[in-house]
Amino acid sequence: MIEALVNLGWNPHIATFVALLLGVVACASFGLIWFTVIGLWLVRKVAARVQDRMGPNRVGPFGLFQVFADLGKMITKEDITPQGADKPIFNIAPLLAIAAVVLIWAVMPFAKTLIGADLSVGALYFISVASLGTLGVLLAGWSSNNKYALIGALRAVAALVSYEVPMVISILVPVLLAGTMSMNGIVEAQHIFYIFAVPLSAFVFFTSNLGETGRAPFDVIEAESELVAGYNIEYTGIKFGMFQAAEFVHSFTSCALMAVLFVGGWRGPGAELPGLAGALFGFIYFFSKSMVIYMLLLWIGNTVPRLRIDQMMAFNWKFLVPLQLVNLLAVAFVAKILQPNYEAVRATAESGSTLGNIYRVFGPEFIADLPRAIALLIVNVIILGGVGLMIRNSIRKERASVEANRAARPPYLGRRTPVEQPAVGD
Amino acid sequence: MQTVDWVQWLAFGILTLLTIGSALAVVIDRNIFHSALWLLVSLFGVAGLFVMLSAPFLAAVQVLVYMGAIVILIIFAIMLTRRLMGLTEALNTQWWVGGITAIVTFLVIAFVLFQAGQGANPILVREPIAALNGRGVEELGKALVDPAQYALPFELASVLLTAALIGSIVIAREDQ
Repeated sequence: MIEALVNLGWNPHIATFVALLLGVVACASFGLIWFTVIGLWLVRKVAARVQDRMGPNRVGPFGLFQVFADLGKMITKEDITPQGADKPIFNIAPLLAIAAVVLIWAVMPFAKTLIGADLSVGALYFISVASLGTLGVLLAGWSSNNKYALIGALRAVAALVSYEVPMVISILVPVLLAGTMSMNGIVEAQHIFYIFAVPLSAFVFFTSNLGETGRAPFDVIEAESELVAGYNIEYTGIKFGMFQAAEFVHSFTSCALMAVLFVGGWRGPGAELPGLAGALFGFIYFFSKSMVIYMLLLWIGNTVPRLRIDQMMAFNWKFLVPLQLVNLLAVAFVAKILQPNYEAVRATAESGSTLGNIYRVFGPEFIADLPRAIALLIVNVIILGGVGLMIRNSIRKERASVEANRAARPPYLGRRTPVEQPAVGD
Repeated sequence: MQTVDWVQWLAFGILTLLTIGSALAVVIDRNIFHSALWLLVSLFGVAGLFVMLSAPFLAAVQVLVYMGAIVILIIFAIMLTRRLMGLTEALNTQWWVGGITAIVTFLVIAFVLFQAGQGANPILVREPIAALNGRGVEELGKALVDPAQYALPFELASVLLTAALIGSIVIAREDQ
C-alpha cells in the first residue's frame, strides 16, 4: 500500500503515515464495533442465563439487534452538562476513556499478517495507553462537580492504579520468556502456550485485569448498592454511552490480551499459511481463544459476590503483588538457566535419526521449549504450594480472631460490630 | 530516510509548539487543576519528540510514567488538598526569578548542544541512533546493567526509590 501511494507521487513519509494510520484505525475500530454489537448482546444473554431469565429477545432474531435499539436511545437522549461543571474537561473525559481502550487494539495481532502496527515496544505501549484510561475516570469524576462522582472517581482510580502493579509485573513474564516486547513476537515465541508453563502468572494477569477493568468481584467502581453509581453519574446521552462502551470493550480487550500473551494468540494449525488462508485461520483462533476467556470472565462476574474496597486493596497488595514478584524472580532464574537451544534441536530433527523423526512430529521448536516449560511448571507448582500454606495459615488466624471476638463480646450485643472501613476522600 | 524533509519539519514543529505552548499554559493558567492537565499535554508532546528521535521505548515510558503515573499523582494531591481547588489568583510573586532561571538553563543547554554539534566535545557525540537498527531497547537494557556504563546510577536510583517507599510507609503508618 505504501508503494502504491508513493507511485502516485506521494511523499514517502506521508504515505507511510497514511498507511499506518489506516491500518491502526481499521484494527482499532474493528475491536470497538465487533464488541459493541456482538459482545454486549452476549453479556446480557449470559447474565440473563445465570440469573434464570430470558435476556433480550424482542428486537431481531434472538434479540441480536437490541444493541442498535439501545444505541439509538443513547444518541437521542438529551445531552446535559451540569451547572458548575468544568466544561472542556467534562467533554474530554469520555473521549479519553474510550480512546485509551480503542488504542490498545492498534497493537493487537489478529493474525500473523493482520496487525495494526507491530511496535517493537508493543507490550509497553499497551501498558502506557491503558494507564491513560485512569485519567479519563479521574477527570470525569472531578469535572462533574458532584461529590458522589468525585468519591466514585477516587475509589476507581485507587483500584485501577493498584491493580496495574500486578498486571504489569505479570506482563513481564511473557516478555521475559519471549525475549521481545512486540506483540507478534510474543505470539510467535509461544511454541508452548505460556499458560501451561507459567499458569500462576496467567492467573495473576487475569485477576488483576478483573480489577483493572472493574469487573465483578472487583466492581466497587460501579457498586450499584453502595455508591450512587460512580464517576459517570452526571453524564447523559452519548457521553454516558462512551463510558459504558469503554468499560465493556476494555473487559473484552483484556481477554484478548490474555489470549495473546498466554494462550498463543493466533497460533493454531494452519495459522502459518501464507496469504489470506493463514490470516483467516489466525483470526478465528485469536477470537475463539479471546471469547473462551471472556466467557470465563462473564461466568465469574455473574457468580462471585463483590469484595469490599479494603478487602480488594488487601488482596492486591498483600497477595497478588508479592506472589507475582516471587513468580517473576523464579521465572527469570529458570529462564536464564534453561535457555532453549533451537539450533541444536533443529539440527537433530534434520539429521533423520529416530530421535529426529520424533522431533519432527512434534515440531523442533516445541521440543526445544519443552525442558524450560516443564521446569517453569514445576517451579509454579512449588510456589503454589507455598501460597496454599500461607493462605491456610492466614485463614486459621482470621478464624481464631473471630472466635476470640465472639468470646470477648458481651452477650447483649447481638451482632458483631461491622469492620471499620477506611474513609475515602478527606 | 536520512534526509530531513518538510514532513519531519512539520511534525517537529507541531510537537514543539504543543510542548512549549502547553508548558507555558502550565505556568500561566490560574486554575491549578487545569495546569496539571496542561502539563499532561506538554509531556505528551515530549513523548512525540522521543518517537521522532526513533526512541519508541522512551516514548512509551514517558507516557506510562509521566502521563500515567506522575500527573495522576499530582491530580490526586490537588484533589485531596481542598483549599487548592478554589484558588484563582497567583500567590507566587517570583515569576521573574523563574523566568531568568529558565532562560539561563535554556542558554546552557543550547550552548552544550551546539558544541556537541560542532564536535568540540567528543564525550557528547554518540553514534547516531539509526545505527542501532531498531535494537535501541536491547542496547538500553544492556547499558543499564553494564558496570562500565550505567549500573551504578541505576542501582543508586533503585536504593533511593526503596528508601522513599519505606519512608512513606513509616510516615503514613499509625503509631502503635
